[in-house]
Amino acid sequence: MSDAIIRVESLRKFHGKREILRGIDAEVRRGETIAIVGPSGGGKSTFLRCLNGLTSFDSGTVSIAGMRLEAATPPDAPSLRALRARVGMVFQGFHLFPHLTALENICLAPRHVRHESPETFQARGRALLARVGLAGRERARPMSLSGGEQQRVAIARALAMEPEVLLLDEPTSALDPQMRGEVLAVLRDLARGNSTMLVVTHEMGFARAVASRIWVFDDGRLVEDGPPAEVCERPRSERARAFFAAG
Amino acid sequence: MHAGARSFTKYFVVHLFACLLSLAPLDRVHSRGELTWAGDLQGGEPFVYRDPRDPSRLEGFEVLIAEGLAKSLGVRQRFVQNDWSNLIPSLVRGDFDIAMNGIEDTEAVRAQALVTRPYFTFSEQLVVRKGAPFRTLADLSGHRVGTLASSLAHSILRSRPGMELVLYGGQEEPYRDLQLGRTDAVLLDSVIAARYGLTKPDLALADPDVARGSYVIAVRKDEADLRDALDRALTQLESSGELSRIFARYGLPAQPAPRASDAPASTPEPQARFDEGQLALFLRGAIVTLLVSLSSMALAVPLGLVLALLRLYGNRLARGAAHGYIEAFRGTPVLLQLYLLYYGLAPIVHLSALSAAILGLGLNYAAYEAEVHRAAIAAIPASQTEAAAALGMSRLQGLRLVLLPQALRTALPAMTNDLISLLKDSSLVSVITVVELTKQMTITAVDVRSWALPGITCAALYFAMSYPLARVAARLEAKLFQTESLELQGAPA
Repeated sequence: MSDAIIRVESLRKFHGKREILRGIDAEVRRGETIAIVGPSGGGKSTFLRCLNGLTSFDSGTVSIAGMRLEAATPPDAPSLRALRARVGMVFQGFHLFPHLTALENICLAPRHVRHESPETFQARGRALLARVGLAGRERARPMSLSGGEQQRVAIARALAMEPEVLLLDEPTSALDPQMRGEVLAVLRDLARGNSTMLVVTHEMGFARAVASRIWVFDDGRLVEDGPPAEVCERPRSERARAFFAAG
Repeated sequence: MHAGARSFTKYFVVHLFACLLSLAPLDRVHSRGELTWAGDLQGGEPFVYRDPRDPSRLEGFEVLIAEGLAKSLGVRQRFVQNDWSNLIPSLVRGDFDIAMNGIEDTEAVRAQALVTRPYFTFSEQLVVRKGAPFRTLADLSGHRVGTLASSLAHSILRSRPGMELVLYGGQEEPYRDLQLGRTDAVLLDSVIAARYGLTKPDLALADPDVARGSYVIAVRKDEADLRDALDRALTQLESSGELSRIFARYGLPAQPAPRASDAPASTPEPQARFDEGQLALFLRGAIVTLLVSLSSMALAVPLGLVLALLRLYGNRLARGAAHGYIEAFRGTPVLLQLYLLYYGLAPIVHLSALSAAILGLGLNYAAYEAEVHRAAIAAIPASQTEAAAALGMSRLQGLRLVLLPQALRTALPAMTNDLISLLKDSSLVSVITVVELTKQMTITAVDVRSWALPGITCAALYFAMSYPLARVAARLEAKLFQTESLELQGAPA
């Protein structure tokens, strides 16, 4: 596929002797939304973190946003900086910077990594806050925001770098149901645009409604890869069938 | 038996009370069978000092005088160690019977205690570096002159304005600093000058007889009978030639022949009162304290940060070096570090007293600040570093923009605490001749013969400095948690 924005080949990852990822091959096209599902411990989050080098892998290759990630690159290698500036990440625990306001959280990387002018990063920061439904909360501290609001700021913070790919690691798992709705609405809105997103999630309803494709990870393998209807209704693997039956 | 035991108990109790309350001082000494006398072993040669070959034994001409006095009173003698500059206050408090340690016969002493007849007469001698153009005190206008705090020489120098006084607590240090060029002259008595000053080949006697003085024994004011007994004993020691033999044995300089013009009680200095002049000196001391403390902290915080970062992120060598630094400076007394920096390193690095004080305290506190910073940085969850990295920030940017601003907030209460400690620890720098608040207080207290008012004033000044510091820090802390970085402040929300 010539327009692949992510290409992963034979990706393997060990934790000591335990194999966490047992050879993953996958491709993502520009503009796709991939929902990554599967039982806990299946390697979903580890896989996602390998894509921006937060976790190193032992063999295989990753090409993402026009850059190549080599095996055994340490997570603090300077070579990863350019890649991360193009690949955004949203964490389960938000991880906002508590000493900065919402707007400052969003503007920090555009200012210091992309060296944008204050007018540019402030204007985009405000627009992003409005887009995630938090216009007027520019000066709020993370401590004074609800979990759902914090996660929406975190999404805006990732988007402020205008990433080519957005990785979201269980973005709603730490939230109660009502707040999940706020965050999922933002993600739905993003998916309708041209964003390329990989979302590790347990929200099957969201996955079915929004994803271009669903990937099922189980025991370190990518066991299903297809459109939601196909994967959910007619899973080919035994493991996926068991997963959907239980879910 | 029973009655006998009762009467013995009664006798014992009465005797005890008599000892404590009603007995005349001389009887008290007799009934205890012991004369306690106080001096200071620090820099005590040739007065009283530990025998270098057998440190359990005391040596010195005053030990022999004490033995002679005790013998003539028919009792034993026992030495009591006491800081030299506080001998008189301790005597007044009742810590020992008499004080005998090169105590000069001055108005200041006479105001607080009775004094015996002199047992030794000396001259105040001006010592300079060989080849220096100074011959008399008058030549030294505008120059730095060292002496012992609260000595006769100190009051002589104070009565002659125009010189910069440098005060020491020991006999060796003034001559050391003179050799090093930190001062231009030292005025001290002939016993000290002969033992500590003129033994150095590069120092020379400029004026051998600036003034005369004598050593006396101090006794409590209401103990005249003890004083009279000591006077009789001294006369006896003198006429028997024993005193001269003792002085000869310790190589004391010849006692100058009496001069007709010599006043019996040395300098005619009126007793100082705790007035505006003293208060101004206190304020000056407080400014020195504040200057030393704030400058030391301004050095300690960034240096501590560098040490903490080396410990957290450095390679093995850097981690080891930072660790070694921290343990060395935390594990040894700051007093020792100040001595080493000022006196020990003097042949290599020539530091002024004030810079040595700031550097010494700063280097010492850097070890503590390093641990404060390290703990504060380590307390930040790893997810913050990861979030910064995921945005494409370099490690340095993550540290500067994300970790350190948070660590600073965590560390601020501990740093405030350390600054307040430092404010008080800064009194230690008086050992390297910096006259800060506490030193000024002790000088004044000796001058005005009272510790109460100077002490309370000194305490009030410390509090007046530390309390606002604590308040400012508390406000800064509150503010740091609120404010936004500058470029976003004031922008319409």
